[in-house]
Amino acid sequence: MATTTTAPAHTMPREHYLNSTYGIRSWLLTTDHKRIAWLYLAGVTFFFTLGGIFAAMIRIHLLTPNGLLVSPETYNKLFTMHGVAMIFFFLIPSIPAVLGNFLIPLMIGAKDVAFPKLNLLSWYVYITGGCFVLYAFATGGLDTGWTFYTPLSSVYSNSAVAPAVIGIFINGFSSILTGLNFVVTIHTMRAPGMTWFRLPLFIWAHYATSIIFILGTPVIAITLLLVALERTLHLGFFNPVLGGDPILFQHLFWFYSHPAVYIMILPAMGVISEIIPTFARKPIFGYTFIAASSIAIAVIGFFVWAHHMFLTGESTYAALAFSLLSYLVAIPSAVKVFNWTATLYKGSISYDTPMLYALGFIGLFLIGGLTGLFLACLGLDIHIHDTYFVIAHFHYIMVGGAIMGYLGGLHFWWPKITGKLYPEFLARVAAVTLFVGFNLTFGPQFLLGFMGMPRRYHNYPPEYQVLNVLSTAGASILAIGYLLPMIYFTWSVRYGKAAGPNPWPATGLEWTTASPPPTENFEVTPVVDWEPYDYKNRPDLGLAAPVVPLAPAHGDD
Amino acid sequence: MEVLAPAEALDIETEEGYRVHRTGELYGQYQTLEQQKDSATLGMWIFLATEILFFGGLFLTYSINRQAYGQVFAFSSRTIDLKWGAINTVVLIGSSLTMAMSVWCAQVGKKKLVTLFLILTLALGSVFLGIKGIEYHAKYVEHHIPGLSFDLYYCTNNPSACGLSGQALENEKIELEDLTAKAGGPDAVNAHSQLFFSLYFGMTGLHALHMIVGAGLLISLILQSLKGRFTPEYNTPVENIGLYWHFVDIVWIYLFPLLYLIDRH
Repeated sequence: MATTTTAPAHTMPREHYLNSTYGIRSWLLTTDHKRIAWLYLAGVTFFFTLGGIFAAMIRIHLLTPNGLLVSPETYNKLFTMHGVAMIFFFLIPSIPAVLGNFLIPLMIGAKDVAFPKLNLLSWYVYITGGCFVLYAFATGGLDTGWTFYTPLSSVYSNSAVAPAVIGIFINGFSSILTGLNFVVTIHTMRAPGMTWFRLPLFIWAHYATSIIFILGTPVIAITLLLVALERTLHLGFFNPVLGGDPILFQHLFWFYSHPAVYIMILPAMGVISEIIPTFARKPIFGYTFIAASSIAIAVIGFFVWAHHMFLTGESTYAALAFSLLSYLVAIPSAVKVFNWTATLYKGSISYDTPMLYALGFIGLFLIGGLTGLFLACLGLDIHIHDTYFVIAHFHYIMVGGAIMGYLGGLHFWWPKITGKLYPEFLARVAAVTLFVGFNLTFGPQFLLGFMGMPRRYHNYPPEYQVLNVLSTAGASILAIGYLLPMIYFTWSVRYGKAAGPNPWPATGLEWTTASPPPTENFEVTPVVDWEPYDYKNRPDLGLAAPVVPLAPAHGDD
Repeated sequence: MEVLAPAEALDIETEEGYRVHRTGELYGQYQTLEQQKDSATLGMWIFLATEILFFGGLFLTYSINRQAYGQVFAFSSRTIDLKWGAINTVVLIGSSLTMAMSVWCAQVGKKKLVTLFLILTLALGSVFLGIKGIEYHAKYVEHHIPGLSFDLYYCTNNPSACGLSGQALENEKIELEDLTAKAGGPDAVNAHSQLFFSLYFGMTGLHALHMIVGAGLLISLILQSLKGRFTPEYNTPVENIGLYWHFVDIVWIYLFPLLYLIDRH
């Protein structure tokens, strides 16, 4: 960045939330939202690494048509455990529990979340659920697929289903508590002057996410509890032999698990909405539309679940309705993409690392979103249902979208979280590596799926080998892209240069306090008297762009 | 929302130090008591919304299965003792009344009455749980516990164990035969009836669990109330636990007709 060379060297504040108290107790019993974010960071990084190892084994296994590494039974366990670790213990908590926890009070000018003790409790609930699942992994694994379809999961599977579903049941309450805490915090803890339409879009995205946490998670909790009861006490809720209905399980499961996709992507969209205007040096285009589209995605997202079940024999009219509603989700999603691109238009763009992730996100999310429309189409879905096309589609959303957003956000706020700068050049290399590796991994899988390779199979016909080898090659590049940030982030905590309060510079309230912030976040309760993302009228930030008053007819806000 | 001027806010912090979590009734993350109360109340309402969806999964499972096996559900429902269910409904509504009274007393500052009404609420809640225990025991005697030598025909085969005799026994037998013929054999009837009783125990069990949690919360309220902690200025815990208690009551209001009154004419 050009300005860093001329700016005076920053120093770390003498006392901040990281050094105000010492010792393991001060971390494990903390109620400081910023430290709880670190606890979550440790948790999700562990599960991400675990899920990544499973993914690596899957990709190595699929190098040859008959499978290279493991037995078919173990292969079933690998993809199941990959899904469970990644979805329930990494993707769902990742951005909300790490970045959201750290940033929401800072962004709205509060000292902490509304219920700090509940916040700590939700981490312990997460860890307890995680321990159950790890116990399941270690004692027999899990081979039902992350979807736990009955009666395979409730009766026939020989793996450790009961501890796993109990673990996910427990983990659900962590999500519920986090969502509850966020909604209340956003409602009641805003600083004077921080009106609803001055809230950063990151907050709007988390508000929408929290609604899904609150309304969706209890349903999966009760459903998995019923599966656990069915398995341990031999009841028959979902077992057709005993008069139960397995399709009912699928309805209940997807009622949560489809909105859960939006739990993963909405916070990432919030991150992107912060990064884009910062590095385009322009006010965000269509603030209200982006904010409202987050809520719209959360609401419509609750009415599309049965598009996972087009092939279960559900009524054609139900399928038509769900297909139409699934198409509707594309509208608020497209609103976001158009607004981000419009923000870039005529901006003075700089390609700092967070921006590279944000630009990557837009492209990958576009591909992931548009291929979602293929799957929402009733006729086409019959052809590509349960193929690698689906795998590629949701990895474009979850990895290309959610993880790109998560990493972009980590890079963007790392100076705030740690007070240190990471090595910029290395970070850019990592971002590009990730982008290339990701596309090489999952691009070929679209082709494989379209050619008919089914998901969850441990072997495949020889003609699919070239694309599978390409995919595995991409996965190894992707792995480097993940390892690099882990290394240089860790390095920067100790050896990085002091970042100063506002290194980019950006307009959010979180950048007005020291980096790292003091325990109570702000020395004095801030009063907000500016509009969000007002990069044109903030000479106090030292932005080089001259203040050019716009002609009234072209007013953009 | 009233907001303290920055200087005033600073005063609180410097006097007590940043690491002191509470200043009197006010927790450190809040600026004012109103803000604290608003947060707590909103939090409780949101929690209750999650509870509705939590129970909602069970209600949906119930509806689907009742639709599929209406006759077996009706028959199974009639084996539950209506008398105890009705008494329990009255007891629980009574406990909601005493809870509401204790909230009101806390708001107007009648400190001794708060404690009294809280103890009454706890007592009525305990009566409810005791009666629930009696009902569960009856189901155990009648072999109506799913997965535990379940047999819907047990009572007609061993009338003395269930206290059946005379015309009632004959009616039961006739209806059960009719049911068996329609469902396609005793195994199917037992399977479908087990679904009913799984839901009966699942729903009332989850409800009872909420009652037990509520009882624990009431005990903590009573202990605080004995110390005279609740005043017209600070009574949010009584109000919010009151909300929770009423919610648990409302769940029962739905459970009672769905489980006891399907087929009573």
